[in-house]
Amino acid sequence: MTESLAIRKFSDLANPTRFLALAERVLPWLAALCCVLFAVGLILSFTTEGDYQQGDTVRIMYIHVPAAWLSMMCYSVMALSAIGTLVWRHPLADVSHKAAAPLGAAFTLIALVTGSLWGKPMWGTWWVWDARLTSVFILFLMYLGLIALNRSMDDPSRAARVSAVLILVGFVNIPIIKFSVDWWNTLHQPASVIRLDGPTIDPEFLWPLLIMAVAFTLLFFCLHIMAMRNEIWRRRVATQRRLAARMAGRGD
Amino acid sequence: MTALLLRDLKLSIRAGGGALIGILFFLTVVAVIPFGVGPDLNLLARIGPAIVWIGALLAALLGLDRMFQTDRDDGSLDLLLMQEHPLVLTVLVKCLAHWIANVLPLVIASPLLGLFMNMDEVAIGAAMLTLLVGSPALTLIGAVGAAVAVTLPRGGLLVSILVLPLCIPVLIFGVSATYAAVEDPAPFLPPFLILTAITMFFAVLGPLGAALALRNAGD
Repeated sequence: MTESLAIRKFSDLANPTRFLALAERVLPWLAALCCVLFAVGLILSFTTEGDYQQGDTVRIMYIHVPAAWLSMMCYSVMALSAIGTLVWRHPLADVSHKAAAPLGAAFTLIALVTGSLWGKPMWGTWWVWDARLTSVFILFLMYLGLIALNRSMDDPSRAARVSAVLILVGFVNIPIIKFSVDWWNTLHQPASVIRLDGPTIDPEFLWPLLIMAVAFTLLFFCLHIMAMRNEIWRRRVATQRRLAARMAGRGD
Repeated sequence: MTALLLRDLKLSIRAGGGALIGILFFLTVVAVIPFGVGPDLNLLARIGPAIVWIGALLAALLGLDRMFQTDRDDGSLDLLLMQEHPLVLTVLVKCLAHWIANVLPLVIASPLLGLFMNMDEVAIGAAMLTLLVGSPALTLIGAVGAAVAVTLPRGGLLVSILVLPLCIPVLIFGVSATYAAVEDPAPFLPPFLILTAITMFFAVLGPLGAALALRNAGD
């Protein structure tokens, strides 16, 4: 019973008007919570003491790690939406993965740039062709390719279905990124937060990091909902224009 | 299916020498490298396997956009979509034809280019073997890109941009297997087997994705 109710709720969302109404209600709360978490996270990350080895540069971590985590989560959200597009033809799924691609590219770029800024004082180099760095860079290229593909087609529903195929094929890269630090022992340190035997990172750094990660995740969902709303409005405007043009063509 | 294979082979060989252009492009890419890095034979021997692999990768991308585009232009793609054979099988056969006509000549030409790069016999053999095993994966990944971009009027460049990132694992393991064959401490078999596994993985995933995209691209 509960499950069928959940499915009903989900398919209710297929109506863009309902989605817009829901977004209207949820967005202020989400944004407010996001701001509070960012405030707490930023205060914590600036007031905790620096690492005895890395000094103040360790604070880059509080931006770098959440951005890197989001670059992968965003692609996963896109892959789920792609399944939604191809399997259920859910009308919001294609809006979702179209709206998520630029966000994913932005977070990936932030992760790459902050990683580079952190790498210079720590490793003594801006960039190495290490497994993790290279695979994240490939992810960035894939986001850009997907945006280019989506832009190159006029018909939004066909563009959505075709890019959904490519998103799903490209999803093979995500586990490669996730496990690259465990499979290839190169310069990047191995996973230290999400591990089977618990985090190896000191709680002093862990708390601000987790709060920042949640804040970043909320930021992503805020931006994602806003971008989806814009996309729905944009499509409505396009439809209205087409209608108006047809009316004008008929002469009434 | 055999008829389709033969038809595609004939088309790609007779229509403007696709294979010949591929080999010429491969030759040009490899020939440009010594001008860039200098004619030091030791250095060329060291980077040779990588150069041969990159050249083959770029040359393999060359004819990809035509894989389904010509069929779409003359209407035979609609016939392929309508027939009762599963579309996945049709795509697999088209990939096979494309590989035989455009990529296999590159594999056969690779020992010659290995000689230009001053590689020794073992390295040349290893490069050829890894190319033989790894290059089908390039075609199979490329089929997805070609199917995705089939409706675009100038999809050629876009196909390369979409396909290249996905081809990087093939390149990594192809080159590392070739190096492993030359240098003693690293064993040859593990990267070679991973390369084989990638090819088999994309033999399943590639035609599936391409068939899905082709169905959706039809208007």
